[in-house]
Amino acid sequence: MRLLHSLPLLLATALLSGCTGGSAADGEGNQRQTIRLAGSSTLAPLAIEIGKRFEERNPGVRIEVQTGGSSRGIADARTGAVECGMSSRDLKDSEKDGVRAWTVAMDGVCFLVHASNPVRELSEEQLRGIYTGRITRWSEVGGRDAEIICINRADGRSELELVTKHFGIDPREIDADLIAGENQQGIKMVASDENAITYMSVGASEYEARNGTPIHLLPLRGVEASVATVAGGTYPLSRPLLYVTSDEVAELISRFIEYSRSAEVDDLVKAFSYVPLQR
Amino acid sequence: MSLSSVDGRVLWLLRLMGAASCALVVLILFFLISDSIPALRELGPRLVHDESWHPRELAANGTYGMLPIVIGSLTVTLGAIALAAPLGLGSAIFCQFYAPRPVATVYRRLVELLAGIPSVVYGFWGLAILAPLIAEVLRPPGHSMFAGILVVAVMILPTIALISESALAAVPRATVMGAAALGMGRWSILRSIVLPSARGGILTATILGVARAVGETMAVVMVCGNIVKVPGSVFDSVRTLTANIALEMGYSLGTHRSALFVSGLLLLLTAIGLTLLVAWVERRDPLNGGGGTRG
Amino acid sequence: MSGLSLPTSSGTEERLVTTSIWTIALLVCGVFLWIVSDVVLNGLAGLSISYLVEAPAQGGRAGGILPILVSTLSILAVALIAAIPLGLGTAILLAEFTRRGGTFPTVVARSLDVLAAVPSIVFGLFGNAFFCVWLGLGYSILAGGLTLACMVLPILIRSLEAAFRAIPDEYRLAAAALGMSRTRTTLSVLLPQAAPGLVVGLVLGVGRVLAETAALLFTSGYVDRMPESWLDSGRSLSIHIFDLAMNVPGGEPNAYTSALVLIVMLLLINGAAAWGADRWVRRATGTS
Repeated sequence: MRLLHSLPLLLATALLSGCTGGSAADGEGNQRQTIRLAGSSTLAPLAIEIGKRFEERNPGVRIEVQTGGSSRGIADARTGAVECGMSSRDLKDSEKDGVRAWTVAMDGVCFLVHASNPVRELSEEQLRGIYTGRITRWSEVGGRDAEIICINRADGRSELELVTKHFGIDPREIDADLIAGENQQGIKMVASDENAITYMSVGASEYEARNGTPIHLLPLRGVEASVATVAGGTYPLSRPLLYVTSDEVAELISRFIEYSRSAEVDDLVKAFSYVPLQR
Repeated sequence: MSLSSVDGRVLWLLRLMGAASCALVVLILFFLISDSIPALRELGPRLVHDESWHPRELAANGTYGMLPIVIGSLTVTLGAIALAAPLGLGSAIFCQFYAPRPVATVYRRLVELLAGIPSVVYGFWGLAILAPLIAEVLRPPGHSMFAGILVVAVMILPTIALISESALAAVPRATVMGAAALGMGRWSILRSIVLPSARGGILTATILGVARAVGETMAVVMVCGNIVKVPGSVFDSVRTLTANIALEMGYSLGTHRSALFVSGLLLLLTAIGLTLLVAWVERRDPLNGGGGTRG
Repeated sequence: MSGLSLPTSSGTEERLVTTSIWTIALLVCGVFLWIVSDVVLNGLAGLSISYLVEAPAQGGRAGGILPILVSTLSILAVALIAAIPLGLGTAILLAEFTRRGGTFPTVVARSLDVLAAVPSIVFGLFGNAFFCVWLGLGYSILAGGLTLACMVLPILIRSLEAAFRAIPDEYRLAAAALGMSRTRTTLSVLLPQAAPGLVVGLVLGVGRVLAETAALLFTSGYVDRMPESWLDSGRSLSIHIFDLAMNVPGGEPNAYTSALVLIVMLLLINGAAAWGADRWVRRATGTS
């Protein structure tokens, strides 16, 4: 007994955890239901907001969103580790077995430089040169006399797959200085280094640029990288943002998917600078 | 003392608990090995021979050359220990033999605080302050092996300082005072008496420093740049075994996930090896090694 | 022990060494002040009561850290609830019920040495494979806490064992003379005596749990919302700092503030440990 008296810290934490445990019991009284989502870090922030709104309309439902990349999202949906995967690229043939994909919005991939970088446009040939290590200084493409800090995306990221496919290069040919994982990390790296370049979700980049992050979105093939050009279908590097579920969808999840694809969340999709579905 | 029947039952309960604590090591080893087996079986020597690290879910689609990552871990560790070992030892000597008593007390407290700062805070400092500084003063991009070495060195310095200090303190005072009475200078006493007899403890301190440096994850992820390539200079980006796991575990699948467990297994075996090394040093040098590990 | 008054002899080599040793000490102090002042000065700007009691918004750029503090303490509670009985039992076994140098205690002690040297990211891998996947707990506070319980076990056992070993044998002999069983002796004589030492061990473990990041990356996950059950994912303060620093553009100011909160928490805990250790030493040596 005296031991307990000398351990107020333990008691405090035990009490505190008792509180959280208690609220869980309340939740169970209301038959708490959880929908777990995992996957693309491009779609995740939007899914979180859609989830919050869905929770408000459906008391007792909890939407839990984890990031981890598109491949992970698709795989987790296939194995049933989560109810709903998120992907920011089309499913490959090898992945289509036993799952269904639901488009939630459209997005593109664009190249980014720091806002202070005088280079405002790069040709596809120049971009290929930068990423394969043939062009190493900004002065070679009409910029400052400084080394190009080339930031690549981690293996398995959908942007890497899209870009290498678009440029017809092998991921192994890429000669980069740094690696970024999630979208936000890449944006942050470019925003904090005047000589950096990377590629990223158009929606995420436009959202950050609009909120004052010092980045500039480079046009591709002369087409401005923006929500408008992605929506209009003129931007050359666009992609769908998908939910992935197993073939058989439970009632609650199908309601969530329906809600996510409805006009009721168009304002959220636009707020994240993605392109709402054409209905 | 004889054991009553209650004692007997309690003893068995306690033994069970002790065995459970022991079994944890076996359990960790078992899970790391069992999740490593797919990669070891499918890839085998490819883990060494493949020319690059481009892992995929299916073994046939990717390349799994782990060598540059192992080299990254080794270079960062060696660099950090080369910096931190002399500084840590110097710091311990300062505390024991050079600083006036009040200064030594404050200084030791400061080193202890340094030891308690979370690695993510060191990493954040490296990311926000050190890397931009290196980019500006030395060479861009700043996120580099050099930044990693500096941050890890700062992190393991307290470990080395505190453990070698307890080794220095264990040297019998009488010997030291005797030498002083003979008119030997401070450094002569240190060099010819104190340091040789504290050798075992200092070695233990260094080995434990190596163990921490090899295992350090967050700070390294944040400042090293994480490109998988054998670094050509200290200003190049590197990726370590720990960083590799932290970066890719979240989305890895199939053979890729298994290959990450292989790197985890490698780290675990390194830890076991270093522990055995410490045990060996302590057995060979029981007088001085002993105080060390109970840090 | 410090401040040993050794002769300060002249000679170039002696003076050179003295200068280098002092330079090293100043260098270490300089780095310490640099890091701490950086965190404190930048962190204070954003620190306020509302930061502690609000939920994060915009990925942590705005709002506070309340759900994160709750998750952190919940993970801590799970870790302690799991580790304390096992740690206490093993420590009592090692200190009171086995002879030093026997095979079984040596095996246990060696395993603990290994466990103490295992990098935290390896605990993360193990936790993911065992708790999240094999036991099916998923990314959750429970999985994260149990992983950290494994990690702090060796530290806990060592300091608890030391607390028991520090008790003079007279207590055990007196209890035996009164005909008390060893179990009784341990529970009603030794445990109260060792209590302050136990607190020190506990506090060391708490510090280690709060500082940990790598082991939680794939066990407790990233979700920054208020957890509602043990099986919800919860983001710890250390992971919040990591995420703000790495993944949130403009996240630095709040990363500094969160780092300051974490450091202050650790300082308070370290202070408590120092205080507890002091009391323990006084009691053990009989001075007060």
